[in-house]
Amino acid sequence: MRDVAIVAFAQTDHLRRTDELSEVEMLMPVLHEVLDATGLRTSDIGFTCSGSSDYLAGRAFSFTMALDGVGAHPPISESHVEMDGAWALYEAWVKIQTGEADTALVYAYGKSSPGQVRDVLTRQLDPYYTAPLWPDSVALAALQAQALIDAGDTDEDALTAIAARSRAAASDNPHAQLSGDVPAGDYLVRPLRTGDCPPIGDGAAAVILAAGDTARALCERPAWIRGIDHRIEAHGLGVRELTDSPSTRLAAERAGVFERPVDTAELHAPFSSQEVVLRKALGLDGRVRVNPSGGALAANPLMAAGLIRLGEAAARIHRGESDRALAHATSGPCLQQNLVAVLEGESTHA
Amino acid sequence: MPKEPVAVVGIGQTKHVAARHDVSLAGLVREAAVAALKDAALTWADIDAVVIGKAPDFFEGVMMPELYLADALGAVGKPMLRVHTAGSVGGSTALVAANLVAARVHRTVLTLAFEKQSESNAMWGLSLPIPFQQPLLAGAGGFFAPHVRAYMRRTGAPDTVGSLVAYKDRRNALKNPYAHIHDPDITLEKVQSAPMLWDPIRYSETCPSSDGACAMILTDRTGADRSPHPPAWVHGGAMRSEPTLFAGKDFVSPQAGKDCAADVYRQAGISDPRREIDAVEMYVPFSWYEPMWLENLGFADEGEGWKLTEAGATELDGDLPVNPSGGVLSTNPIGASGMIRFAEAALQVRGRAGEHQVDGARRALGHAYGGGAQFFSMWLVGAEPPTG
Repeated sequence: MRDVAIVAFAQTDHLRRTDELSEVEMLMPVLHEVLDATGLRTSDIGFTCSGSSDYLAGRAFSFTMALDGVGAHPPISESHVEMDGAWALYEAWVKIQTGEADTALVYAYGKSSPGQVRDVLTRQLDPYYTAPLWPDSVALAALQAQALIDAGDTDEDALTAIAARSRAAASDNPHAQLSGDVPAGDYLVRPLRTGDCPPIGDGAAAVILAAGDTARALCERPAWIRGIDHRIEAHGLGVRELTDSPSTRLAAERAGVFERPVDTAELHAPFSSQEVVLRKALGLDGRVRVNPSGGALAANPLMAAGLIRLGEAAARIHRGESDRALAHATSGPCLQQNLVAVLEGESTHA
Repeated sequence: MPKEPVAVVGIGQTKHVAARHDVSLAGLVREAAVAALKDAALTWADIDAVVIGKAPDFFEGVMMPELYLADALGAVGKPMLRVHTAGSVGGSTALVAANLVAARVHRTVLTLAFEKQSESNAMWGLSLPIPFQQPLLAGAGGFFAPHVRAYMRRTGAPDTVGSLVAYKDRRNALKNPYAHIHDPDITLEKVQSAPMLWDPIRYSETCPSSDGACAMILTDRTGADRSPHPPAWVHGGAMRSEPTLFAGKDFVSPQAGKDCAADVYRQAGISDPRREIDAVEMYVPFSWYEPMWLENLGFADEGEGWKLTEAGATELDGDLPVNPSGGVLSTNPIGASGMIRFAEAALQVRGRAGEHQVDGARRALGHAYGGGAQFFSMWLVGAEPPTG
């Protein structure tokens, strides 16, 4: 395997609404920011890959316009996943592994504000038996939270503490949508209170990957991807053990998470209860700093939130605040699909 | 370390029809996947990862359907990626899967693309709402017709060329049991007398709306050694993108298409595509795109593509058969159409194309494009493993 690192990361401020911005306008600043940070131009980039969802944009082929923001002429080697940008990063990592590219630009964006996101996400479900019932994303997460409480894995006070810790951590994150004190709030769907649920908002993120010496030349302390893997579970909630996340555990095993302790974990847990599931699957104890960025409870721009976890973990390594970090992204109802990566600073690789 | 050679050892397609009322989305994709596994003599347990592609989710009304389809495709506990690059997606999906093998991340990968257009209405799924698009631009034909006219004006091609392509592809489709449109009574006169839809594109020169899926099993050298049938080997593959609209865009022969083909030929060591490639599966949703792409892909000089078509070079028994399967003009489950091109190219070099087999095909090109002629993906497959 080639050594590949995240060498630059940028994200927008995440906002409840961005009516005045098109997706391209939302994306342009972060694209420029990662290019400026590395001194690269679009024409220097070996491969470009993005993640987004037509359903959020409310129109087919929504991503085709985003290429205008990249500046794709002369033509570029480029691809797109209809998934969170974390999987676009994975596709780009594979491309670099083939040796066909040494650098990659990865970006993701999502505007949840134009629609009713809880309704929109029901369209992800089995279209014949489940989607017609319109079970929304909060209701499904609440089902999972109740299963955790029933199993004795957590209680409502513990969930509230997770929300409070995340929002407090977000005070140091100028991009976060919500930060500071969080009231326990009213029940949104029992047992989840408003504080246990992610904000709805718009945002974008971009990352640059580079291999070997190119990475060293572009970044003082590259965040090396020591392992990355992703796994999916069955779709039907009735055939899954909702209090566990075997796909996360397997992806973590494949990514090498359990070989040595990590000091930081950026978990894509849009609901406080999902952090409980992920901590268990990943074997994280109190010594690991979880979601110092505030996580998805502080900002959850759909399709970008997973890529942001990778970017936040990498940025901590860039700044020397972490030596070995875990980054996680999720997709689908109740953590159906999960990606795990291990990022390390140079010093720990000697 | 050089890339791992990638072999296509299994190919499966559904019978493509206007509406598969007999299967769900999951049933449709599983049918193609099971056929590909059978061709490769493999089981679900042999598959390390699944890469799936389709065109917009609005075509079926299911957001990110890979989540729902994980069970049907045996992906539970495995990695599953979902690619979406507009009309080129079937090709791009196969290339993403091939890269997983080439990079030695996985040994054996199932890749699949589908569309079940009968679940919704693709014509209007493609008609973006104002203000994203100007009014009166209904469907893909409305977008592409002006570019066909530009081609005719630029090259002086006679207005009969498009009908020759449609007549050829629909006859080829009669030899392909999976093709959607089977019209045994097809005549050139019938093609030429069909109603005009988007001048100069007649109804008979347009692709149908199909339900269908296509699957392939890609594997490494060790996997190819175990294959019960001859594999097709990937000699080159590339994607290129450019914006839909910009000053200087050449809609008749986009730079991204030229660059993509040049990259594939370079990888495959092809210097004279016209002589060195034995069969082409080209993405031709409207008949005039055959002569246009013949030029864009380097099979003819600029302005000369229509002459190849007119001379019969692209017929099944010509010296450069184009779309022996009947092509997109005969079968168009949009998200799968690109992968069908890639798979049909592989069938040709495996010698497993049945009645539409091109005699002695050793090297074949699969081609797909999408968006406003902005996304391109291609691969070149051969009967022999790549050298070096």
